[in-house]
Amino acid sequence: MKKPLTLQVNGQVHELLVEPSETLNSVLRKRLRLSGTKKGCDTGGCGSCTVLLDGKAVYSCMTYALAIDGGKVTTIEGLAKEGVLDPIQQAFVRNGALQCGFCTPGFVMATKALLDAIPEPTEEEVREALVGNLCRCTGYVKIFEAVREAGRELARGRKRNA
Amino acid sequence: MRNPKSNLEQYTVVGQSIPKIDATEKVTGSAQFLIDIELPNMLYGKILRSGYPHARIARINTEKAKRVPGVVAIITAKDTPLIKFGFMKDQLPLKHGKVKSVRDEVAAVAAVDEETAAKALELIEVEYEELPPVFDPYQAMKPDAPIIHEEMKSNTVNLPFNFKHGDVERAFKECYRVVENTFKVNFVTTAALGTMGCIARFDERGDLTVWTNTQAPFEYQKDLGEANGIRGSRIRVIQPKIGGSFGRGMDVYPIDIITVLLAKKTGRPVKIVFNREEEFSASPTRQPCIFRIKTGAKRDGTLLARDAELYMDNGPYVSWGAFDARVMMATVCGLYKVPNVRFNAHVVYTNNPYSGTVRGAGNPQSTFAVESQMDMLADELGIDRLEFRLKNANEPGYITPQGMKITSCKLGECLNAAASRIGWKGRHKAGRNRGIGFASYFHVGGGARVFRSDGCGAIVKIDDFGKVTLITGATEIGTGSDTAMCQIVAEELQIPVENVQIVNDDSSIRPWDVGTHASRTTFIGGNAALLAARKAKQKLLEIAAKVLEEDVTNLEVKNGIVSSKIDSKKTMPYDTIVRRGHFKLSGEIIIAEAFYDPPNEMQDENYRGNISVTYGFGTQAALVEVDRDTGKVSVLRFVSVHDAGSVINPMLAESVVQGGVAMGVGLALTEQLIVEQGRVMNASFADYKLLTSLEAPPIEVQFVESSDDAGPFGAKGVGEAGVIPTAAAIANAIYDAVKVRVTEIPMTPEKILTALEHRQ
Repeated sequence: MKKPLTLQVNGQVHELLVEPSETLNSVLRKRLRLSGTKKGCDTGGCGSCTVLLDGKAVYSCMTYALAIDGGKVTTIEGLAKEGVLDPIQQAFVRNGALQCGFCTPGFVMATKALLDAIPEPTEEEVREALVGNLCRCTGYVKIFEAVREAGRELARGRKRNA
Repeated sequence: MRNPKSNLEQYTVVGQSIPKIDATEKVTGSAQFLIDIELPNMLYGKILRSGYPHARIARINTEKAKRVPGVVAIITAKDTPLIKFGFMKDQLPLKHGKVKSVRDEVAAVAAVDEETAAKALELIEVEYEELPPVFDPYQAMKPDAPIIHEEMKSNTVNLPFNFKHGDVERAFKECYRVVENTFKVNFVTTAALGTMGCIARFDERGDLTVWTNTQAPFEYQKDLGEANGIRGSRIRVIQPKIGGSFGRGMDVYPIDIITVLLAKKTGRPVKIVFNREEEFSASPTRQPCIFRIKTGAKRDGTLLARDAELYMDNGPYVSWGAFDARVMMATVCGLYKVPNVRFNAHVVYTNNPYSGTVRGAGNPQSTFAVESQMDMLADELGIDRLEFRLKNANEPGYITPQGMKITSCKLGECLNAAASRIGWKGRHKAGRNRGIGFASYFHVGGGARVFRSDGCGAIVKIDDFGKVTLITGATEIGTGSDTAMCQIVAEELQIPVENVQIVNDDSSIRPWDVGTHASRTTFIGGNAALLAARKAKQKLLEIAAKVLEEDVTNLEVKNGIVSSKIDSKKTMPYDTIVRRGHFKLSGEIIIAEAFYDPPNEMQDENYRGNISVTYGFGTQAALVEVDRDTGKVSVLRFVSVHDAGSVINPMLAESVVQGGVAMGVGLALTEQLIVEQGRVMNASFADYKLLTSLEAPPIEVQFVESSDDAGPFGAKGVGEAGVIPTAAAIANAIYDAVKVRVTEIPMTPEKILTALEHRQ
């Protein structure tokens, strides 16, 4: 039995009718055609589906859509502003923190949640924050470098604006 | 191909650590992977698997399943042309008569969505008559074992990978010390984040388009055609972004053929994508191996003989993975200088999951055995483990017993660099319960002629806006080969890399290539691109010579401009030259093609021949700490030093090595598919222990200064290198730490504890 759902995704409000069994991942990918959010396991095991829900990183595959009625979701498509990449995205590009790229949207979103909470994390904090995201290509080393560099970059930006 | 022997300082694009050319689309989520592709009117397929390791199919009833609303088609073997496929033509896409593994495909459904297809699968009734299974390669080789393929009369696959050189028996008698062990490598899987999948669509003319994650699109086109009874000329192969592959994409699998069968049956596009559970239980695994190996040396530390007997658990069907035995042979016979060698492999059918080829193609398995023994032998001889390796290290001019000719080789430098970086020399002990271990590798570095051709085609086009397009047969599977090839073209044409785009996702446009394997893409695809760019440049200069009224030999290119070396007024940008070529009588375009096939030799029936024009070498050093109470091993530092020739893009090459090392650490310590009675028991990321951000060690990568005459701008292949010696280096470090030798990977805490107990 479908039920109404209101979601704000990347600043835009969507009113949908969804089945109770539908996950946020399914709503994003199938209904809203936002395919940047990946589905790597559908069981909360790989983090490729990570998005922000009210600013916190969640596995979209483990989140029932109806459970977050009225929520604000940010996906990878919502990060770049007016064609300018977010500093996190820039740092991933610059540091070679990706290869096949399948896990990348999830890593970028998990990093966004981390840096919003801890602006300049230590490597230990980065490792702990990203433990739910798997990468098979890079060995993580360059991802850690990118995340910390993005943190420093954002901190500099804040100082400039302060 | 000759290239200036030097490092890359004279170049402006090659040798630079520029980001991957597709990095921006990958960080914004706009990169399209197979799962992201949706076609109008598309159906979704699901495959029913047997669940029995060995059984006769008595009856299949699909009636109930067909009645599920939204189901469009259900097929079983009887709906198919029963064409056997695979390397030994030993399987059907949908099994008929008998199933030979738990993962065997029995029926397939196409429905309006995945949920409906899954619901229908549950309603398909299949009756089986169970047959006695066999899971152990030793047992399978016994005369009274159940025969898996009755028509073959034996479970030993008819692929004799045997080699002998010198007098091994006599050499062992002359040895001062000999070590003899059995090593075991268990089931592991590629665990790419993007799972296997296929989309198939027949158009109004009856031509087939497939979207696939294959690494070898042209072999795929041929094999998929044969398996479906369709001419290759009527198949178009498109590769979206590939979400990791690691060797998985070397073969055509049942999923590909079934997708095509469903598309044919329904007349609609069909998509099948493995879920994670299917990926763990039904995608190809690395070849599990048992090595019985013996190595001996003289009193002064000179290696005299090595003898290995290999048993490979092939599962019920032969893929390219069986041929990994040849790579293992090359390591047993060629890693370090050993004059007398023997190698015998037994590829054995079992009722386990069927194995494929995975990154390193057998080399991580054989290097684990060979390099573990190097340490054991050094200790027996009372020689420093590093000195022992240095004494026997391969060097330029050396020819392995199989006839592999070593040209550029800096293994000695790699050994010394790794030792110095990890702090080996002059050390007393790495610390309480800490140890250092080394292992080196020897791998093809200039492609490998395992097919009759080892070639790649490339086309370079310069358009009237000065944009350069490289159209290549070579496939990128994430490693950065596309970027490296664009750098090569940009360097040759003296333009920024941003002005080069690459097209290599459509078989109807791209020239032929044998596929991405054997770390060959940057080397061979890069050489092809370089040749094509050189030809395009020549055409550009010839048109410019006419327009500028200057002798072609007086012209040079720089920053996208052709100018005269003797008359500074004669200068013109590429776009103008190209337009001038278009807008004249008998006009010209600038497009050039090249095919590069290296002088690699096809090995003869005795496995002799120089399979690659050049080889890659390197040494890894691990510093580990072993917790004696829990058996847990922590990798504190990891150093990976490589002779990869000149490095086209150091940042990307480093990343590829780091990823390889991480995969190697997983292979060494944590990863294992638990297979019981032929069934994968841990088919999820929660249970299959892939390295996470918490366990990933710091990985220091170093490339020694090197240049290879045959490589594009001196480069050699390095794609697989990182994973090859890692397990051996860690095993050796564990021994150095706590004096226990673990001969089976993964070296789990349980195994370490057991070994520690045995020692006491």
